[in-house]
Amino acid sequence: MLRKVLIIGAIVLGGAQVACADDAVDPKAEFKAFRDYFVGRFPKVPFDDFVNGPYSMDEGLRKQWKDIEEFPPYEFAVDKGKEMFAKPFANGKTYADCFPNQGIGIRQNFPYFDAKSGQVITLELALNQCREANGEKPLDYVKDDMAALTAYMAFTSRGKRFDIKIPDDPRALAAYRKGEEYFYTRRGQLNFSCASCHVQSAGNHIRTEVLAPALGIMAAMPIYRSEWGAMGTTSRRFTTCNSQVRAVPLPPQDELYRDVEYFLTYMGNGLPVSGPGARP
Amino acid sequence: MASTIRVRAVAGADTTEVQSLIQHPMDSGFVKDAAGKLIPPHHIEVVRFEHGGKTVFTALWGPAVAKDPYLKFSFKGAKKGDELKVSWLDNEGASDSLVAKIQ
Amino acid sequence: MTMSSDAAGCARRSMLRGMAGLAGLGLFEASRLLPAYAADAPDWPQAAFKQKSEIDALKQLYGKNAEASDKVTLDAPEIAENGAVVPIAVTSSLPNVTAIAVLVVENPYTLAAAYQIPAGTRPAVANRLKMAKTTKVVAVVESDGKLYSASRDVKVTVGGCGG
Repeated sequence: MLRKVLIIGAIVLGGAQVACADDAVDPKAEFKAFRDYFVGRFPKVPFDDFVNGPYSMDEGLRKQWKDIEEFPPYEFAVDKGKEMFAKPFANGKTYADCFPNQGIGIRQNFPYFDAKSGQVITLELALNQCREANGEKPLDYVKDDMAALTAYMAFTSRGKRFDIKIPDDPRALAAYRKGEEYFYTRRGQLNFSCASCHVQSAGNHIRTEVLAPALGIMAAMPIYRSEWGAMGTTSRRFTTCNSQVRAVPLPPQDELYRDVEYFLTYMGNGLPVSGPGARP
Repeated sequence: MASTIRVRAVAGADTTEVQSLIQHPMDSGFVKDAAGKLIPPHHIEVVRFEHGGKTVFTALWGPAVAKDPYLKFSFKGAKKGDELKVSWLDNEGASDSLVAKIQ
Repeated sequence: MTMSSDAAGCARRSMLRGMAGLAGLGLFEASRLLPAYAADAPDWPQAAFKQKSEIDALKQLYGKNAEASDKVTLDAPEIAENGAVVPIAVTSSLPNVTAIAVLVVENPYTLAAAYQIPAGTRPAVANRLKMAKTTKVVAVVESDGKLYSASRDVKVTVGGCGG
């Protein structure tokens, strides 16, 4: 109960340090509080539109985005990803052999907690595990080939609603909590937490950018950013976000980053996959 | 190797609407790389669209056209099933072309 | 002209690509030899694309000036999301349009793009531009041999030229 009050308090005040008492974690209650905060703060935004990040917050940006979505720059990455996905490994197996439903239309189930290995498995991690299990070298997590693969897999899953499960397993709850704490903890020279921008200041400007709401912020991954002139995965965004607040980034797909992704994606349950996404 | 050109041409009652997206760095020559050196200009100069042996649209581009450039225009006189040829040439002499069917 | 073997090889390859490209465009003539290094396309208005002012670019391109007209419509965002990719669209209700040009006044070179509109093609084009900074974007339309223009101010916070 105390925990619930603390979390809601943290959400309301934004950016406050969350006390890590060892009492029960209640993801369901936190999920509701998180969602209610954003829906309450942005009553004019249709629920599904939260997945469009800054475009759900600003009309001028939205029009430019719609223009670009007519023929978006991530099309090349999706096509490349499709080719890569279909191409067999040296041993004759394919990515489809590693995933349920042949790897089509499954983005909404990532990340998930793997009871066997006791860790959060993201789509990128699963792809590299698949490669290594089949004698292939792992891909760089941040961009290029990995981003093309995940762009294709997101594309085949568009519209499917996120359904991240937190099993009744203390390790899963611990991963969720660690991700949540990271999200609400201030860091870096600028002393911002993820929440400082994406909860407290969602919809506002930071310098020249409009801040995306944290609700559904994972739904558009991977993203093509005009700033990058290229695709980038969740890892690319997490590490650059850390650098932007002058904090030392963790290695891509670090366990803690995966816990953050677990927490954040769970908070966006019910929202549709919108990736791959175009962003400023 | 996959073409650099993506085209969507849809025949309407009066005109055919053409949208194209071309994969090309369109380096302006003003951007520096990680080492601080200027990346030389490398951009498409001419894009030509042909239907029935006739040029229906020509784009003359400079370095200020965005990366992976997009184009949309409409022309009369085509119908579903016709072929539309798209070709480009850049400042390094490289080129690509594609023949698409009008939907 | 002497060249190192490296450069000669590169030039040969560029020339071959260029020739193949030009042949594909139906522009190659057997009697014409291309220079050793890859050249700008023969019908690319090189001088126009090097101008730093609106007036000079139009002079090089069309040999005339433009007058403002409300029959030219330029659609551009008020604040560009990112100067590297700014979607714009130009349309016109003027008759017999043969060309459309788009200029970004404070770009290093003003002329961004020029379009040739044959008879039977709508006087309309949508494109995405790079803008270095906040500036006026000008759309110019050639109708019955005369030039008409419309412009819009576009604010750019993150420049598209590496700034």
